[in-house]
Amino acid sequence: MSERYDAIVVGAGHNGLICASLLGKAGRKVLVLEANEQVGGAAVTREFASGYSVSSCAHLLYQLQPQVQKDLGLKPDLAADGMSTVVLSPEGNHVRLNEKQVSGVSEEDAAEYQHFYKRMTRFADLLRTYLNKMPPRLAKNASKSDMLTLAQLGFDIRRLGKVEMQEFLRLIGMNIRDEAVERFESGLLRGAISLDATLGTHLGPRSPNTILTYLYRLAGAHGKISQPKGGMSAVTEALAHSARNNGAVIRTGMPVKRIVIENGRVAGVKTEGGETFSSSLVVSNADPKTTIMNLVKARNVETQFTHRIHHIRSKGNAAKLHLALDGLPAIDGIEKREFGDRFLIAPDDNYVERAFNHAKYGETSIKPVFEITFPSFRDSGLAPAGKHVMSAIVQYVPYELREGWSDKSRAAFQELAIDTLAEYMPDLPDRITATELLTPVDIEEQFHISGGHWHHGELTLDQFLFTRPVGGAAQYAMPLDGLYLCGAGAHPGGGVSGAAGRNAARAILKREAVV
Amino acid sequence: MTVQEVEQGRYRSPFYPRQAELDRLFQWHDWKGYATADGFYDTDLEYFSIRNSTGVFDLTPMTKYRITGPDSLAFINRLVTRDMSKIKPGRVAYAVWCDDQGQVIDDGTIFHLKKGEYRLCSQERHMAWLRMSAIGMDVTIVDETMDVCGLAVQGPTSFSILKTMGLDGIENLRPFGLTHFDFQGAELMVSRTGFTGDLGYEIWITNDKAIELWDALFDAGKNYGIMAMGTDALEHSRIEAGFIAAYIDFLPADATVRSGRSRSPLELGLEWLVDFKKPNFNGRRALAEEKRSGSTWRLVKLDIEGNKPAHHSYIYANPKTKKEVGFITSAAWSPVCKQNIALGTVRVPHGNVGEKLFVEIYYQREMHWSRVMAEATVVDKPFWDPPRKRATPPGPF
Repeated sequence: MSERYDAIVVGAGHNGLICASLLGKAGRKVLVLEANEQVGGAAVTREFASGYSVSSCAHLLYQLQPQVQKDLGLKPDLAADGMSTVVLSPEGNHVRLNEKQVSGVSEEDAAEYQHFYKRMTRFADLLRTYLNKMPPRLAKNASKSDMLTLAQLGFDIRRLGKVEMQEFLRLIGMNIRDEAVERFESGLLRGAISLDATLGTHLGPRSPNTILTYLYRLAGAHGKISQPKGGMSAVTEALAHSARNNGAVIRTGMPVKRIVIENGRVAGVKTEGGETFSSSLVVSNADPKTTIMNLVKARNVETQFTHRIHHIRSKGNAAKLHLALDGLPAIDGIEKREFGDRFLIAPDDNYVERAFNHAKYGETSIKPVFEITFPSFRDSGLAPAGKHVMSAIVQYVPYELREGWSDKSRAAFQELAIDTLAEYMPDLPDRITATELLTPVDIEEQFHISGGHWHHGELTLDQFLFTRPVGGAAQYAMPLDGLYLCGAGAHPGGGVSGAAGRNAARAILKREAVV
Repeated sequence: MTVQEVEQGRYRSPFYPRQAELDRLFQWHDWKGYATADGFYDTDLEYFSIRNSTGVFDLTPMTKYRITGPDSLAFINRLVTRDMSKIKPGRVAYAVWCDDQGQVIDDGTIFHLKKGEYRLCSQERHMAWLRMSAIGMDVTIVDETMDVCGLAVQGPTSFSILKTMGLDGIENLRPFGLTHFDFQGAELMVSRTGFTGDLGYEIWITNDKAIELWDALFDAGKNYGIMAMGTDALEHSRIEAGFIAAYIDFLPADATVRSGRSRSPLELGLEWLVDFKKPNFNGRRALAEEKRSGSTWRLVKLDIEGNKPAHHSYIYANPKTKKEVGFITSAAWSPVCKQNIALGTVRVPHGNVGEKLFVEIYYQREMHWSRVMAEATVVDKPFWDPPRKRATPPGPF
């Protein structure tokens, strides 16, 4: 007889932990099973070289939702808060961004940016309301609260005023590049906005929908960036602690092989090690494709649903590059005190678009774009004294490389990435003592995310809100009794926001009576 | 891509050379790309061959998919609403399949040819749906419509004809059974199935033996009243048997645009095909919900007074108020039953067996239109259901 729980959460990513903690808080007996030895999913700190640690995937906090912090009584310990962004110029004429302020550009651009930021954050606030809500159902059997949420969405859009509403509706499906080029003359500023809109997606700045992804980024905290002390694991360890305090049992190194289905409903899970755990409620923190195609199996759900899940676009395009350095590199025009900032290599919008072009055809960018931080600058525990680590998101690095991912192709890209960095930081190559490159394929393998996509599925209008992960399953409950989704693949999407985990827990507590 | 030249706009069945020799009417229509005869001599004569001797209908245009692979049973079991694990090799099952909303896409017969090897036969084409259903399963689906031809041999003398043709042991074949024979070195598959509600068989072979099969069959049947027949006669007999047809009595769910125009198996009188004990099949959730909350429509068999077929008539609960409760989908005068019969669809709660409804029948006589309000009684049994259909061994007629 296997152990019985009220709910089993598959995967101890930040959303899984939040969901488990909230379910535990509501008095449910919860078991969390994590495949890796460490909790946190893709929000973890790992030592990649002796003495050097770094946040392996997500490395900055944009939007850990205040509602989550309040519900769980958490306050992340931050090494840096309200970080500035420096857009690196090869000539040393860098542009500096701090939320609503921009410097290093013309007066016109600086003034225009304030307007732009104001409008974008206003639109982002519209989305923000819905981050922490269950998307309404549009079908015949929509409930009263669904209708209210929908009416509120319409009302909120209308309340922007006629001009702003038209502007919102004009922009929402559009690409970021057209908007950036229309407003700004500075290539660096255009480049920075282009990069912020496309980071973590399979989209270029000229791809439709990149205004939405830009707004999504602002929706959490108006683009305020912070760095947790001790890396991302500090956040997820705190979440795990909260879950345990609420009575949840967390077991690591326990990959789930399949979700057990009996008589057409969920009955528990079976691990790779052969152990089974019973529960009439299974909440998957895994991405929707992994959950349905691998853990549940297509035969246990319906055809059109399977088809939609199968076609979720979830091929990642972002790699993580981690460097152990014997000292900070020199960057022309950057003072030492600025190394706690976020650096971007995206000299203009066309540079970003060209970087994306390669990815369309299964190649890595020849001139990739970067989001770079030196986390050890503000958080000395991450590297030995006097030494530093660099953590960078590098795009575009397609999951499906035409020539196939091998040690050779990985080494070639790593060399190219470091060469690109060296154009801005000439002494960097000599300072490197260890390197780690995680391509989307590595991310898939090490963090069990289908396609290595950090949103568990492209964040585009057709996979958003009512249709995230797919139409008819957007309210966390999957069309299989007892199965729920609580990860980034569900509404609203990725980023260490915790909204999906919290919303899922609320949906479960509303729908599932105490067993 | 190379463009395949087709001699005519429509495919001809491999039996066409023989059919052309018999054809006196020159009335053909399209059936999924194939030319199919409405009739050859006279529709009534052909119809009576089914009931009194044997009619032979060309089944070649029937869509045929071969389904194999380790997951073939799991695949079919999820596809259709009935429990296919009960259908052993050598058996045939009538089945219906639904979309996720529990709405009927089509019905058809599934032949369990050998262990784990199936043939699915239907009127419509379904490769896209089958491929979609195969996501995540290890199955191979091959469309063999163009490779395999078939004849429906239907009527009281059909057994004697096949026996005379030399199919030893055919007397042991029970309804919905299938068996294989050697025919001139080729494999002849014979199933005791049909669409006429009478004693009858369907025989299947590869195209290259089509003419030989036709000749052998008609030679064996020459003293048993064998006759080629077309779609009109078949249509008449299937209404008598109470069988439903796609695009006539229901619309395939994937062909509907407006909501509420498709039908669930429960609404088509096919609840006996829906096995809720099966943990998962496509549409199960929706159908379970429909069973809880009630259906909207109900398919009815109607015995109507008078002799004017109630084609396309409205069905009323009360002839005075003329409140519409449904409409007729198939209608015919049945010569064997001496009954004016019809299939129709009515709104629940109407359509209980024994209920008296009314149909408004319009008919034309020398150009002038007349109408009659006829009483129609809901019946539950097929109009034509002779014991010879089930008898094993079948009697020699």
